[in-house]
Amino acid sequence: MSGFTSRQAPRKGENYELSVDLNSEYRDKRKDAIKRVIASMTVGKDVSGLFPDVLKNMQTEDLEQKKLVYLYLMNYAKTQPELVILAVNTFVKDAEDSNPLVRALAIRTMGCLRAEKIIDYLCDPLQKCLRDDDPYVRKTAALCVAKLYDLKPELVMDNGFLDQLRDMVADPNPMVVANTIAALSDIHFASAAAGSEEGLFTIDSSILQKLLIALNECSEWGRVAILNALARYDAIDERESEHICERVVPQFQHANGSVVLAAIKAVMIHMRGISGDQFRKMLVRKMAPPLVTLLASPPEVQWVALRNINLLLQKESGVLSNEMRVFFCKYNDPLYVKVEKLDIMVRLATEYNVDPLLSELKEYASEVDVDFVRKSVKAIGQAAIKIEEGAERCVNVLLDLIATRVSYVVQEAVVVMKDIFRKYPSQYEGIIPTLCANLDELDEPEAKASLIWIIGEYANKIDNADELLAIFVDTFMEESYPVQLQTLTAVVKLFLRKPETSQSLVQKVLNTATKDCDSPDVRDRAYIYWRLLSTDPGAAKAVILAHKPPITIPRTNISPALLDELIGEIPTLASVYHKPAGTFIGLGRIGADSVQKKEDVSDDQFSAQKALQTVAAGQQAENLLDFDDAPSDQPSGLAATQISTTIPAAANLIAGTSSNPLDDLVSIFGNMGTTELTLTPVAPTNLFGSQPPLQSQQQQNAFGGLGLGDMTSLQATQPSLPQAQKQEEDLLGLF
Amino acid sequence: MASLIAILDLKGKPLIQRSYRDDVPVTYVERFLPLCLEMEEEGQQITPCFSNQGVNYMHIRHSNLYLLAMSKRNTNAAEVIIFLHRLVQVLVEYFKELEEESIRDNFVIIYELMDEMMDFGYPQTTESKILQEYITQESYKLEVQVRPPIAVTNAVSWRSEGIKYRKNEVFLDVVESVNLLVNANGNVVRSEILGAVKMKCYLSGMPELRLGLNDKVMFESTGRTSRGKAIEMEDVKFHQCVRLSRFENDRTISFIPPDGEFELMSYRLSTPVKPLIWVEAAVEYHKGSRVEYMVKCKAQFKRRSTANNVEIHVPVPDDADSPKFRASTGSVQYAPDKSAFVWKIKQLAGSREFLMRAHFGLPSVRGEQEVDKRAPITVKFEIPYFTVSGIQVRYLKIVEKSGYQALPWVRYITQNGDDYSLRTAAEKGSAPIVPM
Repeated sequence: MSGFTSRQAPRKGENYELSVDLNSEYRDKRKDAIKRVIASMTVGKDVSGLFPDVLKNMQTEDLEQKKLVYLYLMNYAKTQPELVILAVNTFVKDAEDSNPLVRALAIRTMGCLRAEKIIDYLCDPLQKCLRDDDPYVRKTAALCVAKLYDLKPELVMDNGFLDQLRDMVADPNPMVVANTIAALSDIHFASAAAGSEEGLFTIDSSILQKLLIALNECSEWGRVAILNALARYDAIDERESEHICERVVPQFQHANGSVVLAAIKAVMIHMRGISGDQFRKMLVRKMAPPLVTLLASPPEVQWVALRNINLLLQKESGVLSNEMRVFFCKYNDPLYVKVEKLDIMVRLATEYNVDPLLSELKEYASEVDVDFVRKSVKAIGQAAIKIEEGAERCVNVLLDLIATRVSYVVQEAVVVMKDIFRKYPSQYEGIIPTLCANLDELDEPEAKASLIWIIGEYANKIDNADELLAIFVDTFMEESYPVQLQTLTAVVKLFLRKPETSQSLVQKVLNTATKDCDSPDVRDRAYIYWRLLSTDPGAAKAVILAHKPPITIPRTNISPALLDELIGEIPTLASVYHKPAGTFIGLGRIGADSVQKKEDVSDDQFSAQKALQTVAAGQQAENLLDFDDAPSDQPSGLAATQISTTIPAAANLIAGTSSNPLDDLVSIFGNMGTTELTLTPVAPTNLFGSQPPLQSQQQQNAFGGLGLGDMTSLQATQPSLPQAQKQEEDLLGLF
Repeated sequence: MASLIAILDLKGKPLIQRSYRDDVPVTYVERFLPLCLEMEEEGQQITPCFSNQGVNYMHIRHSNLYLLAMSKRNTNAAEVIIFLHRLVQVLVEYFKELEEESIRDNFVIIYELMDEMMDFGYPQTTESKILQEYITQESYKLEVQVRPPIAVTNAVSWRSEGIKYRKNEVFLDVVESVNLLVNANGNVVRSEILGAVKMKCYLSGMPELRLGLNDKVMFESTGRTSRGKAIEMEDVKFHQCVRLSRFENDRTISFIPPDGEFELMSYRLSTPVKPLIWVEAAVEYHKGSRVEYMVKCKAQFKRRSTANNVEIHVPVPDDADSPKFRASTGSVQYAPDKSAFVWKIKQLAGSREFLMRAHFGLPSVRGEQEVDKRAPITVKFEIPYFTVSGIQVRYLKIVEKSGYQALPWVRYITQNGDDYSLRTAAEKGSAPIVPM
C-alpha cells in the first residue's frame, strides 16, 4: 500500500481515477480502490467528493471491505449529511445480519456517524441489538446508547433505552455488564454536566450486588468501570463499607495499574465510613505494596502513579512510611519522574531516614541536568526545615555542595540556606563567612537577594557587613527589583544595628531608591523606611528588627476539602494535576457537579468557589515550598503580638545607645512634612497586628509568601473569610 | 476515556488517527508538538499529561513515535496511558516493529484494531492473541466470514475453546530480575527482586491449573511447615486469568491459562540482596592528558552457578579517545556512542574474581561549561538454574475434563533488572565537578 501514497498524479486526476476504479466491474479493483481512498484520507487528502462512489460498495459480503466503507462513512458523514441517508438501508440490514460481527459493526458505526438525519433510524436496530443473543453485539449496543445520548438525549429517554440499560446490569455476561456500567456512568455524567438535578444512574444496593459479582469476572477495563461505579456508591452502614472494601482489596493484585488505582480509590472512599482503627490500618497496609509495584511500570504510568501517591501520602501519611528507598531516582528516569520522586522522598523523610536521603540528594546535586540539580538542593533545604534533628547534617551537605563552586549549585544552596536561617535563627551563624566568600559568584537575583537578606539579618555579627552591602548599593540601579528591595531592607537593618558606621550608606540607598528607582514597590518601601526612621526610630527598630516566627513546611499543600475531592477522583486528570476538574475543563460543568456533590456527600461540604479559593491559597503555600519568593521579612501573625511587648525594650535599647545618629537622621529628613506622616509608622504594625494569631497554617503561609503589596489584594480576593472581615474592621478602627 | 487517539511522528505530524467522540476536533492533534515546544521554551517540564485551553493531552513515547490521546473531560488518566501502552504492545505483536514505515504500510489493519480495541473512548479488547483470531492481515484469503471469537465476551476472555495439541506440555520460566543501586562508598542503597513466572502453555481443551509455590504466607495460613525455605513476596500481580478472590482467601493460584506464551504472575521482594556481581572501578584522572581505569569484577554467588553473557558497562568521558584495554578474561570494547566501554565475559563462574585495565587519552583543551555526567556502571548478566529469592515451584496441577496427562517443565533464571547500577566515586586528584 505504500505505493499508493507516493503517487505523483495530479490531484484532480487522482480522485477521478479512484472514482473510475470504485465503479469498476471487478471486485478486486473496487476493493483496492477503497483502500487507496482510505490511504488518501489518512494522509489528509480530501476524498469527500468520492462519497457516492464509495457508498455503492457498501453492500458486500466481504467483511474487510465493509469495514473500510464504514470507516470512510464515519469520517465524512458530517460533511455529506444528505448522502448518508442513502446508507441507512444497508445499515439497518446489516444490523440483522446472521454474523454477530457484522451486526455489532453496523450498530457501532451508526452510533459514530453523528449525522442528525440518520439518528432516528438508529433506534429500531438498537432496540433489537440490545436484546441480541450474542454478548458481543449486546456489549456494543450498550455503548451505542451512550453515543445516542450524546447526540440526542430525548431519543434515549423516549425509547426507554435507559431502563433497558439498567436491566442489562444483570446480564449474565460480565463484559456486557462492564460496558453497560460504562455507558450508564457516561450518561450520568453527561446529564449532570448539562445541569440535570436527578442522577440518571444512582447505584442502589441491588446494583451493588451485581457489580460485586461482575467485578471478579470481567476483563481488566471492565473492572475499572465497575470500580469507579463502586466508588460512587453510598454505603448504608459501616458493615457494608467493610464488605465493599473486602471485596475490592483482591483487585490490588491485578496486573493492570489502572485497575489497582481504581481499587485504591474505591477503598479510600469507603474507608471514610469505617471507624474500626484496626481494619483501616489493615487496608492502608495492603495498599503500600501495589503502589510500590507501580513504580516498575513504564515512565508515563509511573508518573501518573507518583502524582496519585503524592495525594495519598497527604491523606494517609503512614501508607509508605518505610518505603522511601523505592523512590530513589534511577539514573535513566525521565526528568518528570525524578522531580515527582524528589517531592515524595521529602514527604517521607523522617529523622530516622534522613541520612540515606541526604546522601542520595547529594548525589543528585552532581548530576548534569541543571533543573534537577536545583530541585535536589531545594529538597535538602526542605528536609532541613522539616526535620529538626537532621538540620545540622543538611547544612553540612549544603556546605559540601557550596565547596564544589559550581555556580548554579552554590546559588541554589545560598537560597536554601536563607530559609534554614529563617527556620533556625542564629543557629548556624558560623557558616556565614563561607556564604559571603561566594558573593562574587552569585549572578541570579534570587540568590543575591537571599545572601543580602542573610547579611542584613546578621549585620551585627558580620564585621564587614557595611563593605559587603556597599557593593550592592553601588550597583543598586543595575540590580533587579527583588535584589533592590533586599538591599534596601538589609542596609536599613544594618543602620539600626550599627548606626555609627553606616549612616552614609543608608542615606545613599534611600536617596537612590526614592529618586532614581522606577519600581513603585522599591520606592514605597524606601519611603516607608525613611519616614519610620525620621519620625520614630524606636518604632522603626520594632518593626524592621522584629522577631519573626520560624517558617514551617506544611504536611499537606492541599486543603483538606480539596484533598478529599481529589482522592475521590483518583486516578483521573484532576488527581494527576492536583486541581479540581473545574479548573481545567471549564464551561460551567464544575458548578453542576459540585452542587450535586454537596447534596450527596454530607462530609464533603464545600462549594466549587471555596475549592477554587483554597487552590489559590494552596498554590501560595506551594510557592513557599519552592522558596521562590523574595524572603518575606514582613512580620505576620505572631510577630504582631510580640511587637507590643518588645516596644518598651526597644525603646530602652535606643535610649542606651547613642541617639545622635538618629537625631541626625531626623534633621536630614527634616524637610519632609511630619504632620501627615504620624500615622504611617503605626499603620503597617497594626496591619499585621490585626491578623488573628490563630490562623490556619495554610493562610499564614499564604500571607507569609506574599509581599507587602500583595497583602491587600489577597484580602480583596477572600472577602468571604471571616478573618478578613475582622481585619477590615480593625483597620477601620485604626483610622 | 479518550476522545481521540493519534499516532504522531517526531515532527508532530499525525500518521494515523481515530476519533471516538466528537468533542475534540481532529485538527487539535497538530497542536500537540507546538505546545510541547512552547512549554520547553518556557522552561516548563513536559509531563505525560497536560491541559491546554480545555483540552487534555495524554501521551507516551515509543521509539520515534508519539502516541497521543485527547479528551475534554476529567478522564481516567491511568486508564488512558496504560491503554496507549497496550496499543503499542498489540501493534508490535502484529507488525514486529512499530515505526512510521509499518504504520504507513498497514493503515487498514490499524484502523480495524483501533476500532476493535476502543469504542466511544472506552477500552474494549486489548488481548492481541484474541484480536488476531478475527482481525488478520490476510483476511481476504479467508473463504468464510470470520465471527467474533467467543473469548471476546466470555468470562474466560483470554482463551478460545476447542484448542487441541497432540502432546500436552507446559513450560514454566521463573525469571528474577535484580535491581540494585550501590553508592560510591560501596553500600547497597536500594535493592529489589522483580520476579515473573512466564508460561508457555500447549494444552488442549479448557484445562484448570493450580500452581503451588513455596509462599510463606500460604504456609503460615495453612499451618504447614515447609521443608525448605519459604519466601515472602511483598506484592504479587496476576494475569487476568488468575482468580484473585481465591488467592485472597487461601493463597491458591488457580486459573484457566491462555494458549501459548504469557506472563502468569509477577512479584516483588524488597529483601536486601547482596550484589551478585560486584564491580569496582578505580579511576585515575589526569586532566587534559589521560584517564585510567582499573575495574575489578567479582562473582558473589555459589561456586556451582555460572553467570552467562556478563556485560559490564563503564562510563568514560565523552571526549575520551585512543582506548587501550587489558583484561584477565573476556573481551573489552569501546562504545563511543554510549560514552562507555563494555567488558564482556561469556561465562563467569561463582566466587571468581577478574581484573581489567583501560587507558584513554583526553584532549588537552576542554570546554569550560562541560560537566561530567558521572553515569553509574551498569551490569548485565544471566544466571541460569538459580533464583536469588529462593522461590520454588512445588507443583503444577493440570486438570482437564478429558483427563489427559500433561508434562510441566520448570526453568529458573536470574538476571539483571533494568537498573543494576553501581555509582562511581568522584575521582581523586581532580575536582569532582568542573568549576565555572
